[in-house]
Amino acid sequence: MWDYVKLVVLGVVALFGAIAANYAHDLAYQVNALVVMLAAGVTFLWTIRTMGEPRTVNANEYMDGVVRAGVIATSFWGVVGFLVGVVIAFQLAFPALNLGNVTEGVLNFGRLRPLHTSAVIFAFGGNALIMSAFYIVQRTCATRLWGGNLAWFVFWGWQVMIVLAATSYVLGGTQGKEYAETVWYIDWWIAIVWVAFLFVFMGTLIKRKEPHIYVANWFLLSMILTVAMLHIGNNLQIPVSIWGSLSVPLFSGVQDAMVQWWYGHNAVGFFLTAGFLGMMYYFVPKQAERPVYSYKLSIIHFWALIFLYIWAGPHHLHYTALPDWAATLGMVFSVMLWMPSWGGMINGLMTLSGAWDKLRTDPIIRMMVVSIGFYGMSTFEGPMMSIKAVNSLSHYTDWTIGHVHSGALGWNGMITFGALYFLTPRLWNRDGLYSLRLVSWHFWLATIGIVLYASAMWVTGIMEGLMWREVDANGFLVNAFADTVAAKYPMYVVRGLGGVMFLAGSLIMVYNLWMTVRAQPEKAGAGAAVPAE
Amino acid sequence: MCAKKVTKAAPGQVSTTGHEWDGIEELNNPLPRWWVWVFYATIVWAIGYTIAYPAWPLIKGATPGLLGSSTRADVQAEIDSFDAKNADIKAKLVAAPLDAITTTPELMAYAEPAGAAVFRTNCAQCHGAGAAGVVGKGYPNLLDNDWLWGGTIDDIHTTITHGIRNTTDPDARYSEMPKFGVDGLLEPAQIEAVVEHVLAISGQDHDAALATEGATVFAENCVACHGEAGQGDRTQGAPTLTDAIWLYGGDRAAIKTTVTYARFGVMPPWTGRLTEDEIRSVAAYVHSRGGGE
Repeated sequence: MWDYVKLVVLGVVALFGAIAANYAHDLAYQVNALVVMLAAGVTFLWTIRTMGEPRTVNANEYMDGVVRAGVIATSFWGVVGFLVGVVIAFQLAFPALNLGNVTEGVLNFGRLRPLHTSAVIFAFGGNALIMSAFYIVQRTCATRLWGGNLAWFVFWGWQVMIVLAATSYVLGGTQGKEYAETVWYIDWWIAIVWVAFLFVFMGTLIKRKEPHIYVANWFLLSMILTVAMLHIGNNLQIPVSIWGSLSVPLFSGVQDAMVQWWYGHNAVGFFLTAGFLGMMYYFVPKQAERPVYSYKLSIIHFWALIFLYIWAGPHHLHYTALPDWAATLGMVFSVMLWMPSWGGMINGLMTLSGAWDKLRTDPIIRMMVVSIGFYGMSTFEGPMMSIKAVNSLSHYTDWTIGHVHSGALGWNGMITFGALYFLTPRLWNRDGLYSLRLVSWHFWLATIGIVLYASAMWVTGIMEGLMWREVDANGFLVNAFADTVAAKYPMYVVRGLGGVMFLAGSLIMVYNLWMTVRAQPEKAGAGAAVPAE
Repeated sequence: MCAKKVTKAAPGQVSTTGHEWDGIEELNNPLPRWWVWVFYATIVWAIGYTIAYPAWPLIKGATPGLLGSSTRADVQAEIDSFDAKNADIKAKLVAAPLDAITTTPELMAYAEPAGAAVFRTNCAQCHGAGAAGVVGKGYPNLLDNDWLWGGTIDDIHTTITHGIRNTTDPDARYSEMPKFGVDGLLEPAQIEAVVEHVLAISGQDHDAALATEGATVFAENCVACHGEAGQGDRTQGAPTLTDAIWLYGGDRAAIKTTVTYARFGVMPPWTGRLTEDEIRSVAAYVHSRGGGE
């Protein structure tokens, strides 16, 4: 019966996709409609083919298939995102690489940039979070994921979203909001998939067999809940037509900017900080085989972090049409956020006390430690840059780009790599990783790449900030904007090279993970089934 | 719980909370003192800051802060201080006859850097940061002696004030080359010929027989603006065709495109966007780049 309902729904969706493609007002919408039609059609056929087959689900096993798929998706989208990042880095150094005459704008920086940011944040980071959340919540609740195949819906729904967003961006579909470029119908789909994610996670927490909820799950739950709220709040809009990409936002002017950066900053705060702290709180003690340093610190810094973060958005709008009082509040909440952020760093690093020798022998631990180090550095840099006097120099410059990347490449990237190295042998039941030497190579390439990237951006950021504000004795600007662009050129090349190193490291990782699954012997003495107590 | 406990607090060490998840335990370490004190310090500082600066929203506006700070007032004060400082020299600049500006050191000492700043902000997008234009793209070089509409400071001042071929300023400099090809004014063979003629008078490689034929076409269609010898006419902004300076490129293909489709370069009027002293400054700046007449 359930299968017939699915077939009807999928058939209607596929048909609607075909109709929408026919009536489409713009190319981005048309291509997206075809993607929807194909996705629904393929799922329709797959459902027909598997109908009536006996399904044996051992409810006492962990649901690891979806986590395995998450490992593959995270690695794949990571490489894609880093590659697009390298391309746009070199486009900035060598504008001819925009290939404007050949591709008529499709591969312009302006279209590839949201492709890059969405690929790394939502495709790479999002899959890493979904995969980790599904793995961690089962282990620390000692129970199978709630909701049956709903977890698979979350996984595939997220991949469909990524493909829709990517095809929309390169064909010009955008609502012009940073980190929220996806147009209205993709926003709706994100909301549906994300709420399904919330249900799976909450359902699993509710049916847990442990008396208490582990700290990693607090962070993951706060991430899922808050991102749902932020996403829906920032995408309140009315479509111009159901056959087109355009929509009109509910807010306008400075209110719209304020809502956007309330969203934008907390996308960083809850998606890239709280969610990844959840990963850190599980993978670091597991890999180090040490207890978490301080339960008390984890409670205090968790509540302080989520209470303070939500107010910090206005620091993205210093010295704009935003009133002074809002800027002040954004700034002081950001500064108060410093220690709550560092609470996670302390808990992560001090968890290793008594196991520091593992840094010598275990490159995965090394990766996690560097990740926590970059986390600490960027969560100090962030509050500092939110101070108005600093911001008046740093705002709109490459310093911001450097700050974001020391957080994204250093913290989010490295902790995800650590998690992937941790998960792959366990999920495929292999006797350890294929090569620790290759992990070391990955570690050094990525670390040096990040250092090159971040320091190049500090240099250009501070330089262009100083050049922009330089006035002569009569109060006239000394430099043209183009002068600052020309001055940044060498550092742009260095930044691109840093990106190449980071990308090369990730390719080594993919090879290593691939060989772990292909060539490593099965772990002795363990059956395929993993009991969920 | 059958998962193996991988973590055990050694005797004499800090105890754990007694919970365990998938082998992970938590120690009962207290909060690091420095962490607590720095956290308190940031909170105290934050409270102090919100008392000193505009911060808390009330019903009819926000608390102004004890220091009476306002970022808008700060910027305005800075702008006002420079305006006050420059008021005298600006008045002199606007009052002086245009051709006297470049010869008066006192005025030039102000106009040159002021004009440079205006240029970098408003003109560099088309004419380049160094005023060298963009070769072959229709953005003229302002450093050389080749002027379309005249190179005296009066001419430059008029061009900046009213712009070229725009529809917003009735006094804009205006002229339009016919689209000889697409409008069917010339046969394709005639265009081939006249292009050879232009190549000939600009001293480039050309087909001599075709060029002779093209001379007739030129005499019948082009001389009204470009002159008998192709020397151009500044009153109509018609460029000289005999030199090596080309706004849209001087090779065979580029000239053919120009004759076929014509060109229509536009410059906006700057009255309204710039004040008179700024226009005079940037006119003096451009005039003093080397090509001024």
